[in-house]
Amino acid sequence: MNYVIIGNSAAAVGTISGIREIDSTGKITVISDEKYHTYSRPLISYWLEGKVSDKNIYYRPADFYEKNGVETILGKKVTKIDTAKKCVVLDDGLSVPYDKLMVATGSKPFVPPMNGLEKTNYHTFMSYDSVKAIRSEIREGMKVLIIGAGLIGLKAAEALSAYKTDITVVDMADRILPSILDERAGLKMQKHIESKGVKFILKTSADEFTEHKAKLKNGEEVDFDMLIVAVGVRPNTELISDAGGKVERGIITDMTLKTSLDDIYAAGDCTVSYDASSDTEKILALLPNAYMQGEVAGRNMAGREFYYVNAIPMNAIGFFGLHIISAGSYDGEEYVTETENTYKKLVFRENTLKGYILMGDVARAGIYTSMIKERIDLGDVDIEMLKDKPQMMMFSKERREEKLGGIIK
Amino acid sequence: MKKVYVNEDWCLACHLCEFYCAAANSGKDLIKAFKYSDKKPVPRIKVEEGSEVNFAVQCRHCEGKACVKGCIAGALSIVDGVVVCDENKCVGCYTCVLSCPFGCIVIDEEGHRIQKCDLCTKNHNGEPACVQGCPNKAIVFEER
Repeated sequence: MNYVIIGNSAAAVGTISGIREIDSTGKITVISDEKYHTYSRPLISYWLEGKVSDKNIYYRPADFYEKNGVETILGKKVTKIDTAKKCVVLDDGLSVPYDKLMVATGSKPFVPPMNGLEKTNYHTFMSYDSVKAIRSEIREGMKVLIIGAGLIGLKAAEALSAYKTDITVVDMADRILPSILDERAGLKMQKHIESKGVKFILKTSADEFTEHKAKLKNGEEVDFDMLIVAVGVRPNTELISDAGGKVERGIITDMTLKTSLDDIYAAGDCTVSYDASSDTEKILALLPNAYMQGEVAGRNMAGREFYYVNAIPMNAIGFFGLHIISAGSYDGEEYVTETENTYKKLVFRENTLKGYILMGDVARAGIYTSMIKERIDLGDVDIEMLKDKPQMMMFSKERREEKLGGIIK
Repeated sequence: MKKVYVNEDWCLACHLCEFYCAAANSGKDLIKAFKYSDKKPVPRIKVEEGSEVNFAVQCRHCEGKACVKGCIAGALSIVDGVVVCDENKCVGCYTCVLSCPFGCIVIDEEGHRIQKCDLCTKNHNGEPACVQGCPNKAIVFEER
């Protein structure tokens, strides 16, 4: 069997692992337009901050490809999938044949049209190369303007504050991190980040850029030495749509991760997932999701039949030492507690835990995550213990025996 | 594979397993680790106390391995069935804390990265220290 994987991040590594569980001899070729050994994309901000070395940004050990019998074609871009000939065509004209193909192309920074942006030097924050470019230009005392108060923009802010820079973050939304936090938790995190010297200008956007100045729609002007655009990402779906495959907001797959095209699978941030906590389809651009999709897809590419189910939105992230873990959907009956340094929200619906936000004290959060994924009936748990903190004590003795006792029923 | 199991009917909630675990992984003896350290070492085993039963919980080295699969840094891996953490690679994002269905990944005393039970394979204890230290044999290390 001849496997080809387009992409070289978490979904690709998961795919390799999944294939190799089943098929130890088939040929695997990884093709990526980036020249690097597989590296961890979420670590780029830690690298820029100086918390992760050149060596530790790599997602797998140096002998990973060799140990898994993987050939790599790095620094070359796939321009086309030829489904009739069952090959992919590279930007240098070379074609690579496949029996089973994985499209793990990830996403790209979304840069909306903004007046004057094309004449302004700006950065995005998505790849190793993008942070290397920032690293080469950043100097102590610089004024940095970041457009976007989401996960990427704020991770960029945290990293750049290590360079003693003067940082302003602008976002159209009325609060920060709207994708993972509610209003109250967002405000708490905003105050925390502001206490570290980062300024926010919310509910407005850039109207026009000149060389070192942004005019905002609310009339304010912000000077900057460095501009970072981090308003969002868009999935890389073109290879599949050009080949006639089904694409909506992302690449559409079935539960085996197969696309609508024969022998072609997709995994990771380029795909649409089914969110089991809200029963809706959405892009779950999360590293664990990418890896686990890739793993299931890889097993299926190697001839088995596995299904990818129970995916939910979930995030663990910290800014300037304040940690957040959140998961699931926030639509339902709420239970909220708050102290000066912590915030907890639990969301219940259909007699199950559907979602949660923990800030400050995040210990043992995964017990909550498992309750959402497994849709555990609240009739089977001690609600007061559940509200108090994540603990195995809230479950029945039977469930504990099954989960902890090694007794499989 | 041999794993650590807890009999919740026998657990006294004495927390000695926590002390032995933390000390073994700190490389110090019990007294030095807890009496003469600036920051008390954090155990990788957690005793839950209830009105009727008590029990200790630690990494199950489970089938799902959601922590390894979700690790953004490639710091968690599986060595001979044991889930181990490379502390040099961990960045303290806590995605594994989010993922572990047993709540068995703990945050270290500095609050910068995680630590977890590796069945005492990385320290010099030999057999898991929690098992050795349990006065009521409520914690066992065996094949099931």
